[in-house]
Amino acid sequence: MPSPGTDLRRPWRLDRQVALRPESFGALAYHYGTRRLSFIKSPVLVEVLRSLDAQPNAEEACRRAGVTNDELPRYEQALNVLAETGMIVPGHET
Amino acid sequence: MSTVTAQPKSLIEQFEGGLDAPICLTWELTYACNLACVHCLSSSGRRDPRELTTEECKAVIRELEHLQVFYVNIGGGEPTVRRDFWELLDYSVAHGVGVKFSTNGSRITPEIAERLAATDYVDVQISIDGATAEVNDAVRGPGSFATAIGAMERLEAAGFRGFKVSVVTTRQNAGQLDDFKAIADRYGAQLRLTRLRPSGRGADVWDELHPTAAQQRQVYDWLMAHGEQVLTGDSFFHLSAYGESLPGLNLCGAGRIVCLIDPVGDVYACPFAIHDDFLAGNLREPGGFTRVWRESDLFRDLRRPQGAGACGSCQFFDSCRGGCMAAKFFTGLPLAGPDPECVLGHGERALAARDGAPAPKPSKDMSRREPTGRPLPVIQTAPVRQCDESPVAGLRPP
Repeated sequence: MPSPGTDLRRPWRLDRQVALRPESFGALAYHYGTRRLSFIKSPVLVEVLRSLDAQPNAEEACRRAGVTNDELPRYEQALNVLAETGMIVPGHET
Repeated sequence: MSTVTAQPKSLIEQFEGGLDAPICLTWELTYACNLACVHCLSSSGRRDPRELTTEECKAVIRELEHLQVFYVNIGGGEPTVRRDFWELLDYSVAHGVGVKFSTNGSRITPEIAERLAATDYVDVQISIDGATAEVNDAVRGPGSFATAIGAMERLEAAGFRGFKVSVVTTRQNAGQLDDFKAIADRYGAQLRLTRLRPSGRGADVWDELHPTAAQQRQVYDWLMAHGEQVLTGDSFFHLSAYGESLPGLNLCGAGRIVCLIDPVGDVYACPFAIHDDFLAGNLREPGGFTRVWRESDLFRDLRRPQGAGACGSCQFFDSCRGGCMAAKFFTGLPLAGPDPECVLGHGERALAARDGAPAPKPSKDMSRREPTGRPLPVIQTAPVRQCDESPVAGLRPP
């Protein structure tokens, strides 16, 4: 399903003000600017987030983390939520 | 199976079992305060001579950095009366531990406001407990409303957006919720409403200050109507038995995802439970805070499944979870049973049926000695909170 926010074919990265703390369920993500706390309830999604900046685009980051075609829309949806709340932003670190 | 969310245990169950480090914690830096609010949760007033030193505080900050505690809620007392407060604030930010601090506003000068506005890692909560000077000052002391509003003006003038206006909901101010929201809006701030607990001096005034049953219902409806625009620190989860859950985790995080560090380094299960029964240890002991958090008998106990007791047969138990432990404890009710403000009225009946034994008293009372009883002359900073923003913001189950 196409989503309004995240285009998986584009490069994305964690916002510079976001910190991830590993947890057994995945990770806690905290944005120091918006002071928003999010629960990342999947270790695979955590891996996707950690590798976003090193991959040419978000889809590639998902594939490298082992996300299948069938699963991709759910990850797109999750990334979309994170994009709407400013946890991830377009582009790479330069 | 959803790979995004499906886990052996639900998130709530994970939290009930405790995490390796708190999600956020409250740190009362000092019991000293230039006010003397009648409902002060920490019975603040005088400084404890055994307060953690600047160097000890810095060691705690480094430990929190290591544990990846993203931010601390600093309160007191009035934390800004500590001479090293601004130094500790800078130190914490430099170590990646964000700071939210609660203040009565008395030390927020134009220069301080500028300084605070310049960093994203600091948030400020200005406490008021009435939307008018009349209602506020009766609880927090003469002049305290004007002081707080002055601080809000200075923060706004300095360009600080989204600071918090923190209100403890009482019988006297429950009718002013729209007015509180208007005050926050006027200064580009966000309103934060929390529940009055019978903790500290709050126990002495709880009978007169806690909202009536009818007011509780109005508060619930108002919060439902305002959603995530208004913060609650997750403190009204006992109201979820009215129907739909309020935004937030709706769980008691005491000793599981939150705790309190007090001015002398004692670690309690939550800011509202300053009593030996909820004292897990002291971070001056070997192993520091980390060992208390991970290994104390008390916190281990709190992370075991808790009995529902008299609430076990209630169809709403899954929403309210029996309410607030501290509220029960300091009103003399059993922990396994209804909250004193149970929306079904079970708490009122339980209160009426108490055998007359006195309710437990807080283990510490740093109230100034001169004025006792009400009305108290000058007053203090706000009851503190669990986690500030709605922690379920962000990912939702697909």
